[in-house]
Amino acid sequence: MILEGHQLTIGYQDRIVGTGLDVKLQKGEVLALLGPNGGGKTTLLKTLLGLLTPKAGEVRLDGAVLSARTVRERARLIAYVPQTHVATFAFTVEAVVLMGRTAHGDLFARPTAKDRQVAANMLDRFGIAPLAQRPYTMISGGERQLVLLARALAQEPQFIVLDEPTANLDFGNQGKVMREIRELAASGLGVLFTTHDPNHALRAADRAYLLRGGERLAEGPVQQILTRERLEALYGAPVQMITDATGTAFIPG
Amino acid sequence: MIPARSALPGFAIAIAVLIAGLVLALTVGRYPVSLGDLIGVLTAKLGGPRGEISPAVESVIWQVRGPRVMAAMLVGAALAVAGTAFQGLFRNPLVSPDILGASSGAALGAVLGIYLSLGVFAIQAIAFVGGLIAVGIVYMIGTSVRSRDPILVLVLTGVVIGSLFGAGVGLVKYLADPYNQLPAMTFWLLGSLSATGVHDLLPLVGPVAAGTAVLIALRWRMNVMSLPEEEARALGVATGPLRIAIVAAATLVTSASVATAGIIGWVGLVVPHLARSLVGPDFARLLPASAILGGGYLLLIDTLARTLAQVEIPLGILTAVIGTPFFIWLLASVQKNWS
Repeated sequence: MILEGHQLTIGYQDRIVGTGLDVKLQKGEVLALLGPNGGGKTTLLKTLLGLLTPKAGEVRLDGAVLSARTVRERARLIAYVPQTHVATFAFTVEAVVLMGRTAHGDLFARPTAKDRQVAANMLDRFGIAPLAQRPYTMISGGERQLVLLARALAQEPQFIVLDEPTANLDFGNQGKVMREIRELAASGLGVLFTTHDPNHALRAADRAYLLRGGERLAEGPVQQILTRERLEALYGAPVQMITDATGTAFIPG
Repeated sequence: MIPARSALPGFAIAIAVLIAGLVLALTVGRYPVSLGDLIGVLTAKLGGPRGEISPAVESVIWQVRGPRVMAAMLVGAALAVAGTAFQGLFRNPLVSPDILGASSGAALGAVLGIYLSLGVFAIQAIAFVGGLIAVGIVYMIGTSVRSRDPILVLVLTGVVIGSLFGAGVGLVKYLADPYNQLPAMTFWLLGSLSATGVHDLLPLVGPVAAGTAVLIALRWRMNVMSLPEEEARALGVATGPLRIAIVAAATLVTSASVATAGIIGWVGLVVPHLARSLVGPDFARLLPASAILGGGYLLLIDTLARTLAQVEIPLGILTAVIGTPFFIWLLASVQKNWS
């Protein structure tokens, strides 16, 4: 199964953000989307999720046009992990994860025993079962990110799309989320995430997609694509590369 | 895993408030009824022994206070349920049923009906239509204006249209006969159940039951609807049609209660908060808890309105006296969580 954007023109009602974009994401693969602020990362993400309609071109899932599927069908195939935010209402962590089961029931459905079991499994998987009855508003940013991941996996999707999953996280939690992303791909999901840190792409992604000013600068295996020169071109700023026996890291210079 | 927090204590409190409200509303007043007499009347109605109950007591319970008690319960429950739905839908705990212009639309309809010297049923019908028209206008404008924050646009449109309908109310009052019509309008605009009879219950029960049933049926989806729009859609909810359904159902119950009891503000703001503090934010529990608590709350307020002074105090004034400090407290604590 492949999620692909074909010659996409993306944008909002009165504004075009990017044109001529081709994206392809296979199952079991991690794609990192990199680029400066305002470069169109989030717009592209939302278009691939079907939350925004492309201005031209089309998003296809498994060969069929994404918009031909209902909202509910889409949610069973692609899950979205938004940036963490402060919620309005203090739902329990368990209730938030249970919301991931929405697309598996009809309009008037109440959560079934199976839904509760899936939610409980996801809480266990991310080690947040002890938080199950805590209000989502009262846990840390790192914990919230894990709750949103658990909710997305409760959808039992084929693809998972994460918007800056490491933003607002401390150093330790950033590493944890990167490891989780690798595991998701290992379990067969296709993963797409945006990040501001090329090191995260280097560490967790198979391929990188560099987006600047709404255009694709480069795309390919991270080891080939992520070079000092490209990153300097991408961000319009000097970048230093540090290499030792264990690997490569970039720091803004 | 830690066991889920039980909602039973919360529901027990809400039901206790409702029972206390019922007992007080039926016993207290210009013609006091003892608790024993009340129980006697109730058991007699259920086919028990008739005992020594005077016909006067029976008539006070069934003819005088009964319809009013039913109306207070239904109106309170309706406003609380609508408030709960709107707060969830607009992801804003400071929102109430008045926000979409439902109340002011219904108010304009009702004062027009009084101005044209129409009958009670016609006035109710016009109030009802007025509420739906106001919400329709708000919704059309609110959704056709392009914005990054459609909810904010909708709420602001509601405020603006509400004040336009308010101006319409002012105009009709200005034109009205100051001796016959104006007092009736003023009385109605302040909210009252004093004139409620059995014949008022039918047009109230139907819409309130229907709207509440729709909202309760959608309770699990309403949890998801209280998330940001894009998240809700990514979770598989067709937010557009569902929002229309929820707004229509909540407007229906609001209009029906405004048409019966006039404008009673604040109930839809205060009660959902109290209910949320009892049973948590999950709509599956919150909606029924709000309905029960709202019924009890308005019963207590209405009993106060009847008994506090020699003349009846309009309901809207009492609810505002309680609601205003509550709202200020809410604003002050807005950064805290809403559990």
